Amino acid sequence: MNASDMLLSVRGISKAYPGVIANDDVSFDVVGGEIHALLGENGAGKSTLVKTIYGLIRPDAGEMLLHGAPFAPATPNEARAAGVAMVFQHFSLFEALSVAENVALGMQDPPPMRQLAARIREKSELYGLPLSPDRRVGDLSAGERQRVEIIRCLLEDPRLLIMDEPTSVLTPQEVDILFQTLRKLAENGTAILYISHKLKEITALCDRATILRRGRVVGHCTPRDVSESKMAELMVGSAVQVPSRRRNAPGAELLRVSGLSLPPATIFGTALQGISLALRSGEIIGIGGIAGNGQDELLAALSGERLSAPGTITLEGRDIARSGPTARRALGLLSAPEERLGHAAAPDMSLTENAMLTAAHRQKLMARGFLRWNAARDFARRIIADFDVRTPGPDVPARALSGGNLQKFVIGREVLQRPRVFVVNQPTWGVDAAAAAAIRQALLDLASAGAAVICISQDLDELMEIADHFAVLNEGRLSAPRPTDGLSIEDIGLMMGGAKDMEAAHVA
Amino acid sequence: MSNLLAINPTLLAIALIVASTPILLAAMGELIVERAGVLNLGVEGMMITGAICGFAIAVESQSPALGFLGAALGGAALALIFGVLTQYLLSNQVATGLALTLFGLGLSAMIGQGYQGVRPPPTSALPLPVLSDIPVLGPVLFNHDPIVYLSFVLVLACWLFLKYARLGLILRAIGENPEAAHALGYKVVRIRLAAIAFGGACAGLGGAYLSLLRVPQWTDGMTAGIGWIALAIVVFSGRRPWRALLGAYLFGGVSVLQLNLQAAGIAIPAAWLSMSPFVITIVVLVIISARGKGDAVEPAALGRSFHASQ
Amino acid sequence: MIALERRAAPSRFWAYLTPPLAVLLTMAAGAVLFAMLGKDPVAAIRTIFWDPLFHPQFAAYSRPQLLVKAAPLILIAIGLSLGFRAGVWNIGAEGQYIMGAIAGAGVALAFYPMDAWFIFPLMVIAGLLGGWAWAMIPGILRVRFNTSDILVSLLLVYVAQHFLALMAVGLMRNPDGGGFPGSRNLQHYPAAANPELFPGTGMHWGVIAAFIAVIFAYILLTRHLRGFQIRVTGAAPRAARFAGVSPGRMVLFCFGISGALAGVAGLFEVSGPSGQISINFHAGYGFTAIIVAFLGRLHPIGILLAGLLLALTYIGGELAQFMLDLPAAAIQTFQGMLLFFLLALDVLTNFRLRIGKRAPV
Repeated sequence: MNASDMLLSVRGISKAYPGVIANDDVSFDVVGGEIHALLGENGAGKSTLVKTIYGLIRPDAGEMLLHGAPFAPATPNEARAAGVAMVFQHFSLFEALSVAENVALGMQDPPPMRQLAARIREKSELYGLPLSPDRRVGDLSAGERQRVEIIRCLLEDPRLLIMDEPTSVLTPQEVDILFQTLRKLAENGTAILYISHKLKEITALCDRATILRRGRVVGHCTPRDVSESKMAELMVGSAVQVPSRRRNAPGAELLRVSGLSLPPATIFGTALQGISLALRSGEIIGIGGIAGNGQDELLAALSGERLSAPGTITLEGRDIARSGPTARRALGLLSAPEERLGHAAAPDMSLTENAMLTAAHRQKLMARGFLRWNAARDFARRIIADFDVRTPGPDVPARALSGGNLQKFVIGREVLQRPRVFVVNQPTWGVDAAAAAAIRQALLDLASAGAAVICISQDLDELMEIADHFAVLNEGRLSAPRPTDGLSIEDIGLMMGGAKDMEAAHVA
Repeated sequence: MSNLLAINPTLLAIALIVASTPILLAAMGELIVERAGVLNLGVEGMMITGAICGFAIAVESQSPALGFLGAALGGAALALIFGVLTQYLLSNQVATGLALTLFGLGLSAMIGQGYQGVRPPPTSALPLPVLSDIPVLGPVLFNHDPIVYLSFVLVLACWLFLKYARLGLILRAIGENPEAAHALGYKVVRIRLAAIAFGGACAGLGGAYLSLLRVPQWTDGMTAGIGWIALAIVVFSGRRPWRALLGAYLFGGVSVLQLNLQAAGIAIPAAWLSMSPFVITIVVLVIISARGKGDAVEPAALGRSFHASQ
Repeated sequence: MIALERRAAPSRFWAYLTPPLAVLLTMAAGAVLFAMLGKDPVAAIRTIFWDPLFHPQFAAYSRPQLLVKAAPLILIAIGLSLGFRAGVWNIGAEGQYIMGAIAGAGVALAFYPMDAWFIFPLMVIAGLLGGWAWAMIPGILRVRFNTSDILVSLLLVYVAQHFLALMAVGLMRNPDGGGFPGSRNLQHYPAAANPELFPGTGMHWGVIAAFIAVIFAYILLTRHLRGFQIRVTGAAPRAARFAGVSPGRMVLFCFGISGALAGVAGLFEVSGPSGQISINFHAGYGFTAIIVAFLGRLHPIGILLAGLLLALTYIGGELAQFMLDLPAAAIQTFQGMLLFFLLALDVLTNFRLRIGKRAPV
């Protein structure tokens, strides 16, 4: 590999944010016409890195070279002008407009519509991503929308195409089509920087891989020559210990979910398909999976914000599928959603009022409809004390708390209500290490006291630390739960990465 | 029954067009505004301000053309108050639109002091040569005053603009997803402000049509709710120009018909007939919303304040 | 370059300051307006704000009018404020006010000339129900068909106005009235009248109802679960759903209560100060109440004060019309300006002004 083949050279890029180092002295090279994988778990620093390459972020240190010349784009426009294009994980498309119109809006100086439509058709057919320029983007599937984003990039003939977790919204068939396209592009000289954590795909597609973990490069490899388990180890890190955790003797069955299916709530939502699980008192089940595979929907179905078909959810034998959140809380099923501000808590309301939000019935903060604010304030104070929430007092608005402290409050609010079953989504996301440990301990204590806990999380370490059983939520389907005892890191990586336990069913 | 036959269909059609024109003008303006994602409930206020501005200027200058111009400018000026408040000061669009209506009603009544009972300079009809001689269609379509022709042209222009112009495309994008449009480098606030001013000008023009042509006279509160009808038409036309034309003519038709029925001595009390256009509008609104999404999808960002957080 | 920067928490200081500041700015702008009309601006402002309360000659008449004018404004605004807090836009209070009056007057006229203790209470119930029912139309249509509550409630105002005309010249026309439109005057029908309870104060049952409504709303919002749910629905709709609030039921509740309050305000007016169902019965209270609601920051006590202030402008306006030949429409303009200034200043509650360039991220 001589210097003239080098397309992009990244040297010593570092970027820090308050409280976290996103990129720590990252260096790697991309050769023209290769498909290069950027591999790593969530939080490894991949997004920050590619945003730096695309001109959205300025690094604190380090430099980049494009074709040997210094490359430091200040805006995406500059990056695009230099031949770097990016397809994001979350599309910024205009749903009511047509494909051609969306493409035109993304271009500096688009040709007349008819010409543009012809070019779109031509390009899309060339690369095997058929697109009809007249269709409304809102009517397209997620995979087709991604094609719009890709075509938008391709019409400007980029030399480097960055793809951020492209297959998270694709069906297996669409993944195949995408891969064919990418290979063709690479053959024609466009290099591809492919971000993912799905090992099977990377083995199938990529020429070389750079592996990131906690902001640092932990290895380079050629995927075809390396086993998946080796890559999984590098990605996840062999520092994951199977924890020594008191195992509670499981008690009576508390929660049973049978064949829970729900259509998506919004156009970009995920349908839940046939979810089944059974939870016994004292058990913690960890549900892993990347965001966007039905986590929010599952929590909404369990909390009662969305009702399901009769019989699909029973709590201690009682059918609660048609009960709303208040009824479920009265029976002991509590939850904590992922979005702290705006969902779990009202940002402009005080902690006392937020305590009243979910605890009014269970903590007797209400008498015949009239609210007992003093009792609520005392309860809020108890949460603050027991969970070490750093705040001047209970009358501060939720918005004023740091992420970690608010999360402690939200979790504490539910835990102190002594739930029978507790469902939590991303309990320690964006939370500092000390607070995270406290939260995990609280969940463990809850289980020891006889409750059952469902912990939905993207953090594998966390799930391995606290859960008795482990399952993966993928495209709205839940894999069969397996005991965490004896689950190897290899197994975990593979379950996370793809379809070990699941059929590659085509989602209509 | 014989009274009904006394209603001449050709005259009815002509009256229908004249009655519908103010609403059509106002609806076109608001349509563009809403496509850009802004909900301006102040149409009634802008129309009546246009009515008095146009009237006053026409009377003082004895030129109806100047009157119409003044009406458009007056409407646009009022709309810009709304624009500055909602786009720069991020005020609630519903409340600000209502304030605009209340303020416009008061302001127009104030300016209108002393113009009651005054006759405005007449606006002559402009029969189009040759075309107006076609039997039936001629007088109905081609023997009108210039403003009616302007309203036809406006519908066509709006349709072309939204469908084919680059700026029209950008406007629609802003109404869908202003954050994404901003990220792509488009000047969201500036374009919205221009749309708002345009909406005000159209509404003002529509109001002046009432005071200078349709009635023609100035009375306090003479718009009597057609600003709200225009808003309803924008909603149930799915913000599409040709459908709005249909809606305006439907409403104009109903109001003219009920007036004729009253005149023909039909034994239904006048109040029921006067109510009918509003009731029919409500029914149509319900039908359209009951049919759900699909045709009548509103711009995704309609009514939401946009604040570039960069 | 001046930019707006979101505050970490809404500023209470500005939340309290904006209404009085808006009033002051409006007075200033109003003074300019009056000067342009050729009136002495200071005299005009004094006539509107000071004289109704303290003028040696006229205050005795205008002071009681303060409560008379304020009562319907406060009653309606209280109901509206609950809805506005929850994001339910009932713009048609004017129509609900009219329908409540018609319903109540209808009951009275049906019983005429019977004299019984239960007639007036029945009228009150009819007023409540009339307004409630008229408001349920947009409410149900929104919940069931997702039709715009703003447009339907508004259009129904015009329907109600025509219906009023219908009643005034038709069904409810006074048979002893010499053929003129308008119903019997309820002030002359003791069992149905809503008289001035304490001479010289302007207090009638409607005023008492307004005070009760203020207290009721205050207790509801601060101490009752339903009030809390209203606040959360407006502040964070997703959190409200999470807490178990049913959005449809909230919409219906808000429309129902604002309609009922508007309707009963209409009833108190028609059986009291106004006296009869006539074509000109409606006075725009339903729309001015919207301004009162916002000026009072959607808070019951604020609404009480704002209602009194706007009533003052009504009376002051009448006085100015009489004494200074100021056109009646000037007051409406004035009220509209007040709302504009309030909305403009409101931005400071949630955003901070920032002057100068910021370092790029």
